[in-house]
Amino acid sequence: MILTDQPVATFADISLRYGKAIALDNVTLSIPRGRMAGLIGPDGVGKSSLLALLAGARRIQHGTVHVLDGDLADAHHRAEICPRIAYMPQGLGKNLYPDLSVYENITFFSRLFGQSAEERERRTAALLAATGLEQVPDRPAAQLSGGMRQKLGLCCALIHDPDLLILDEPTTGVDPLSRRQFWNLISNMRGARPGMSVVIATAYMEEAEQFEWLVAMNAGQVLATGSPSEIKRKTGSKTLEESFIALLPETQRHGHKAFTIAPRPPGDRQPVIVARGLTRRFGEFTAVDHVDFSIERGEIFGFVGSNGSGKTTTMKMLTGLLPASAGSALLFNKPIDAYDMSGRFRVGYMSQSFSLYTELTVRQNLVLHARLFHLDHARARIDELVGRFGLSEYIDQRASDLPLGIRQRLSLAVAIVHRPDLLILDEPTSGVDPLARDQFWELLGDLSRKDGVTVFVSTHFMNEASRCDRIALMDAGRVLATGVPAEIVKARGAASLEDAFVGYLESARGRATPSAPVFSATTAPASKRRARFSPRRLFAYAIRESLELIRDPIRMGFALLGTAFLMAIFGTGISTDVDNLTFAVLDRDNSHESRAYLEELRGSTYFVEKAPIVDQAELERRMQSGDITAAIEMPPDFGRDLKKGVPTEVGAWVDGAMPFRAETIRGYLQAAHAEFLSDYAAQNGLAADITSDDVRDALRNDDLAMFGHSEISTAVLARIESRFRYNQNFDSIYAEVPGALALLLVEIPAILMALAVVREKELGSITNLYVTPVTRIEFLLGKQIPYIAIAMVNFGLMCLMAIFLFHVPLKGSFPTLFLGALLYVTATTGIGMLISAFCRTQIAALFGAAILTVLPATTFSGMLVPVSSLTGGAAIMGRGFPMTYFLKISIGTFTKALGFHDLYESVLAVAVFIPILTTLSVLLLRKQEA
Amino acid sequence: MRTLGNIFWLGTKELRSFFHDAVLLGLVAYTFSFAIYMQAQSNAQELRNASVAVVDQDNSELSRRMIAAFLPPYFKKPVPVSENEVDHLLDTAVYTFVIVIPPNFEADALGGRSPEVQVNIDATAMVQAGLGYGYIQQILLTEIDNFLSRNEGSFLSRSQNIAMTPASLSVRVMYNPNVTTAWFTSVMGIVNNVTMLAIILAGAAVVREREHGTMDHLLVMPVSPFQIAMSKIWANGLVITVAAASSLEFVVRWLLRIPVVGSVPLFISGVAIYLFFATAVGVFLATIARTMPQLGLLYILVAFPMNILSGSNTPLESMPVALRTIMEFSPSTHFVSFAQAILFRGAGFAVVWPQYLFIALAGGVFLFFALRRFRIAAVQTT
Repeated sequence: MILTDQPVATFADISLRYGKAIALDNVTLSIPRGRMAGLIGPDGVGKSSLLALLAGARRIQHGTVHVLDGDLADAHHRAEICPRIAYMPQGLGKNLYPDLSVYENITFFSRLFGQSAEERERRTAALLAATGLEQVPDRPAAQLSGGMRQKLGLCCALIHDPDLLILDEPTTGVDPLSRRQFWNLISNMRGARPGMSVVIATAYMEEAEQFEWLVAMNAGQVLATGSPSEIKRKTGSKTLEESFIALLPETQRHGHKAFTIAPRPPGDRQPVIVARGLTRRFGEFTAVDHVDFSIERGEIFGFVGSNGSGKTTTMKMLTGLLPASAGSALLFNKPIDAYDMSGRFRVGYMSQSFSLYTELTVRQNLVLHARLFHLDHARARIDELVGRFGLSEYIDQRASDLPLGIRQRLSLAVAIVHRPDLLILDEPTSGVDPLARDQFWELLGDLSRKDGVTVFVSTHFMNEASRCDRIALMDAGRVLATGVPAEIVKARGAASLEDAFVGYLESARGRATPSAPVFSATTAPASKRRARFSPRRLFAYAIRESLELIRDPIRMGFALLGTAFLMAIFGTGISTDVDNLTFAVLDRDNSHESRAYLEELRGSTYFVEKAPIVDQAELERRMQSGDITAAIEMPPDFGRDLKKGVPTEVGAWVDGAMPFRAETIRGYLQAAHAEFLSDYAAQNGLAADITSDDVRDALRNDDLAMFGHSEISTAVLARIESRFRYNQNFDSIYAEVPGALALLLVEIPAILMALAVVREKELGSITNLYVTPVTRIEFLLGKQIPYIAIAMVNFGLMCLMAIFLFHVPLKGSFPTLFLGALLYVTATTGIGMLISAFCRTQIAALFGAAILTVLPATTFSGMLVPVSSLTGGAAIMGRGFPMTYFLKISIGTFTKALGFHDLYESVLAVAVFIPILTTLSVLLLRKQEA
Repeated sequence: MRTLGNIFWLGTKELRSFFHDAVLLGLVAYTFSFAIYMQAQSNAQELRNASVAVVDQDNSELSRRMIAAFLPPYFKKPVPVSENEVDHLLDTAVYTFVIVIPPNFEADALGGRSPEVQVNIDATAMVQAGLGYGYIQQILLTEIDNFLSRNEGSFLSRSQNIAMTPASLSVRVMYNPNVTTAWFTSVMGIVNNVTMLAIILAGAAVVREREHGTMDHLLVMPVSPFQIAMSKIWANGLVITVAAASSLEFVVRWLLRIPVVGSVPLFISGVAIYLFFATAVGVFLATIARTMPQLGLLYILVAFPMNILSGSNTPLESMPVALRTIMEFSPSTHFVSFAQAILFRGAGFAVVWPQYLFIALAGGVFLFFALRRFRIAAVQTT
């Protein structure tokens, strides 16, 4: 081992926990500089955690990490070396943006590193040429094959000439040809920049043979380090895979022995599955393209191909989950019928990734499936499976707590709980360590040979493929070859199955152009500008977010049409004008006077009369059923008593179920009563000071008391002049529409903004915040700008609706309203930003934003009750919420005819929220993963 | 039998999943306890703490009496302000009412010169302005009346020649005699939250299975989409029925001490029927949405109008005829209506059965459409 130089990175006593789980357990390690260093080991042993620490993406919990001659715990050093590191996280194109094109993705990263347009163009062109992506610069990343996506990832990583390149499983799930091309690219690039250190994690042991230096990891610990030959020598094994198993602790290795699946016994060779010209299209995209194959009874048939080659889609068509677009498939000699229940008893299916109920225990999962298949001896069958699959020690653990290998065994046990004749397994072993994979295949062999189960399995591991009786090599939805693995190798004249597959891929795609010399063109050093605040990086995010938003019809549609729809609903439906009230009459008098009295109500536009009431019982029944909201009872001899001046009492019943409506009805009734008395007095020559105009006003204004018992006399002594300011007709639409505007400008922007940040967390592209020079404030403001723009479009739209649809004129100053709205939506998107700091999933962000804003917005901001009437907690909630102030601006400009001079205090109050919310968001957003 | 068995077993799984999801549990707990309690604290439908300012240019005994008559809980203590502030104070909604008592008011009143007291009302504060204005008039007039009748009788006698009319009106507010807002908002809060939660719980349960790949799993087993959908409906329906019943019992009746007239079991059975509808809507929306966020956005567009226009916030009667007619077809409107009928007005089964029937039928329609889309939607995510 040659370690002349200082190591590029050292780890000392590094431990990392996720809750209870230990990801890294006291790791001490030095990674040599200028080499291609590999991390090997199965999924979940801590490789990704180690790389994330190395890249500065994850916060160090315990221990120290030195990278590029400095301590990573030091934020200053991190910022310093950030432009010298490139990090490609695990998952195909996880830090890329699927809706953005190849070119736009690279441009985004270039901007993040502060490159000028000229430099960007030059470097992008060179990288595209080197990777062969120059032919598809405008294709969205989502539509790239796995291999191309990884090349794009590499372009984005190399745009700034890093000194340390960190690749986390860059080739997992990629077809063998693309894998080889990828490694060629890497080695060419290293040829061009010999000083660069590369650290790569991989699950493919064959690939690791090519590396210069390796770290073998298991269960959060380092098993061994050294060159591949050193490691093999140490364990005395021929291959790395064998050495790895030899390095494992005794307890884990226990029971492991090399095994072979017995040859297939001769016998019944009837086909169980026959596919003829099977095709499936999704829109323009053909996922499966005229696939033919047949699978015989008792055979282990393998589907071999990369992610996206059509394996899963074919399997879904065979299970009846997806209808075929063309072609036919026979299952047990019958066409596949999605509605045929009996056929389902004969098929067991294990879908890609673990798809059992993780919140149930092992036993609960087994029992549930046994119940659904209505097994007669469910308990015995479950006990048998638990024993055979070695699940007894996990029986009461929740599936989410199981190690991956055990989970896969559980999935298999569940899939065969009903003793199916045919087992369809979609990539059952992806991500599982070699030992567990062997155990899994042993079980499969048993099922096939002992129980005669036909096994149809898909995989991207070549050593698994070679264990199958027959395989089909798949690429881009087509079957390239079918046959016995050994025969395929022979037919192609290749050394191994992988070589044979590569040969088929090359002849199917045409030979890829070698890309050796091109990298030299990129060696002009990238400028390494560092700035505390860079508008270019901010706009990189703003531009990217806008592009994504424009290309997401659902979010965009919701943002624009959804708001307009809700505005229409709220504007039309929310009204506090109480009219169309139903009432009915129980007239026990039926005199001229009683009819005259009732005429006052009948003539009112507020009331709608229903059929008269016959007796008290009916009155109660109809009130109870909600048929009428008010009932009037005219007493017997009302007319006679009135003439005689004998006291008489009209009875009114009002439905109090809705208090506000009841209060209002009471006011209407009292006003009508007073009007009758006044009319009656006038007709009978009695003085009355109340003009009919007064009465009409009173009616309109829900007056409760103007005509109460004592006023008639007092009215003469002093008058009360009521000025209904701003809204003479007291029509609720002039308050509700500006209110709805304010309400929707808090709800929708907050929700969309919260989704936007959390979406990055959920999809993984948040990593770019962690590992590139972009600062938190640039990230947040950049993402905020497009949503402010959208909200302002909404604002314009709603203003137009208010004026032209609801005929609520804008009486005051539009510039003031516009300025207020701009500040307001900046604040409300800021609320979304703040909420997104707490949420991990988009659905939580959505509900968090909705629930936390709805209550203060509708109840405590002055929509229903003026904030000036609130006390205690409600008042604090109201005054601490920006809508309280914008509502004043909105109602002020629309209905109160105010200008900036009258409203500047409210405008300022709205503005105060912006720095507070932004600062809080920046503080709560982490620049590293916790 | 087999169908019922499958529905039952799938449903038990649904319940187990629900109780393992801390976020959903928290959401249900919050909406049926704290949120109901907070809504009952609102006094949006009655006059409470209205803010009043006074410009007292008279500064007489009468004017001081008039001002002192504004008492809690209806009004906050009136704040003296000067006349040139009035416009600005109303513009910035600091006060909803500003009363201006002119100079020499007392003297003019005693002198029979009918002086005028001015009440300025911010008519953009709809409910408070509407209710408060009536109270203010009554208060002012009563004070003036009382003051004058205790003073010089000479002027009074002249104006007392109006014959007192013998007819009086006695208004009895049934079912909520003190017209307390909390009675209404607490129960309507439960009603609204039932709609909100049922749709999202059932919808999320379907989308979650799809995102985790377990839906594929179920669909290759001998279970039909009908059984899957029904299991989600009964399990989520049960959770919310229990939550709503406890909320009614513990929060509304016990904590808030709000009397409930009608039959609680009848109401709860209505809730169960309504939940069949609401969860079916949730399942249906889940067959349209491809991802959880899409479901969420779609849900906002459906659930918000269903609640806001159902009559649980503002009176149904005030809506334009067209919208009202549309809302007559929304089961949420019927839910609000039977909830009010049973809980406030003590209506029995004879009154509410047509609404129960309508809601159940509407639920059936949505279930039908959901099932038609179920298979197509199940594989859409790939």
